[in-house]
Amino acid sequence: MYSEKVMDHFTNPRNMGEIENPSGVGTVGNAKCGDIMRIYLDIDENHVVKDCKFKTFGCGAAVATSSMATELVKGKTIEEALTVTNKAVMEALDGLPPVKVHCSLLAEEAIHAALWDYAQKNGIKIEGLAEPKKDIHEDDEEEAY
Amino acid sequence: MDKMIYLDNAATTKTAPKAVEAMLPYFTEKYGNASSIYQFGAESRQAVTRARDIIGESLHADPAEIYFTAGGSEADNWALIAAAECYEEKGKHIITSKIEHHAILHTCQYLEKKGYEVTYIDTDEDGIVKVEDLKKAIRQDTILISVMFANNEIGTIQPIAEIGKIAREKGILFHTDAVQAYGHVPIDVEALSIDMLSASGHKLNGPKGIGFLYIRKGVKIRSFIHGGAQERRRRAGTENVPGIVGLGTAVQLAFGQMEERMEKVSHLRDYLIERIEKEIPYCRLNGDRNRRLPNNVNFSFRFIEGESLLIMLDMKGICASSGSACTSGSLDPSHVLLAIGLPHEIAHGSLRLTLSEENTLEEMDYVVGAIKEVVDRLRQMSPLYEDFVKKEQKQ
Repeated sequence: MYSEKVMDHFTNPRNMGEIENPSGVGTVGNAKCGDIMRIYLDIDENHVVKDCKFKTFGCGAAVATSSMATELVKGKTIEEALTVTNKAVMEALDGLPPVKVHCSLLAEEAIHAALWDYAQKNGIKIEGLAEPKKDIHEDDEEEAY
Repeated sequence: MDKMIYLDNAATTKTAPKAVEAMLPYFTEKYGNASSIYQFGAESRQAVTRARDIIGESLHADPAEIYFTAGGSEADNWALIAAAECYEEKGKHIITSKIEHHAILHTCQYLEKKGYEVTYIDTDEDGIVKVEDLKKAIRQDTILISVMFANNEIGTIQPIAEIGKIAREKGILFHTDAVQAYGHVPIDVEALSIDMLSASGHKLNGPKGIGFLYIRKGVKIRSFIHGGAQERRRRAGTENVPGIVGLGTAVQLAFGQMEERMEKVSHLRDYLIERIEKEIPYCRLNGDRNRRLPNNVNFSFRFIEGESLLIMLDMKGICASSGSACTSGSLDPSHVLLAIGLPHEIAHGSLRLTLSEENTLEEMDYVVGAIKEVVDRLRQMSPLYEDFVKKEQKQ
């Protein structure tokens, strides 16, 4: 069902944990649907992501996409971090089963939510970043597959 | 532990070697059609008759009341749809429970589209159908009550005798989906006033692709599969002779050792439940503690999600199942766990372990160790657990 890369990131997740006093933190998803993702960012004065950690409640794909997202964001400027899309996360993982695509969306949302938090705390505006939805699943719930 | 530990016997079981042995001649040696006139066909017919006798006896039924099907789902579909149509002059109201298998629930939804009305009865928090509610739901036009014998996820054994009595008194047809119970606990269709009963071979160490519907004499039911005179003109199609022979042998084995097996398996079950409850914090046993199938263990572990749990257990050689959304292929967790009142996030973290007599205490020790390790690891990853711990520390 999962690619080798997904299994690798699920069983040996990178950057799992918390950052104390993070520059930004974002939590998305909801327990009702079975996925909650939290991303912590440590951003330096040059707006570069020095460190990124995650915690996730969810399936194998949710854990793997969180892990991959943290890898992709680390070392990037906040503008570059904003370009880490769900598609990029999915490609880096060699794809996801169709029913798990929403997990990669969650990873993108979590990064955005953490960046938004950082921007709010520092009173800056990041070009192209909108306020995150409280719950990305709200619209999807009627969809049955 | 290098070998696989199979704890998903509610999904399917190993076909008993003796059943396979009994089936084999009916593929390449005695392959005659049971409906043929010549002696070669008669051998197949006799084999089918023997199996039917064994099954009839196991249920305290007349063998002529046993109709072979391709499995439990077909038996459920047939019982509900065909009986509903045959009794529609009396009414179009059906009563069932919220925790039925989808073979029943989806068939009920189909009937609703066809103009039937269905009442879905609640269960208590242990998953036992509320008989008082069922009584109150009965109407003049109620034609059928269908309540499962035992639940496939949480193992609860339903008050079948009570429901059968009520149905009989009111002159309403009573069907029970006994797919999980048949061959595991004693069932007497006479004593329990059961009119129709579905069962499946592969849940009791028989082969896949074979099952049966028991239909009490006198129950009106039309044919579901058309095209031949097999099964007393009620179920067309050349008999699956090897499957029927395998099922018959499996039934004989299951009923021959039922008491010993129930005792052995329930001992393993209770050991597993006791250790998990004692050693893993924030867990909940789902389903009634006592009125429960001998082989069923179902827990919810807070703060974690079931699919992750299953993959990690699989990597430790353990086959299990879960009621999480990710494993059900939808966004919602198991309807059974929601029906017993679990909040979504706790239903997502459920784990079902269904044992067989081949499991050992040593395996149970290994399994407890593995679950502890995996649950702990997933909690370390969980933002829900993080929030919970921080909240606890504040207080």
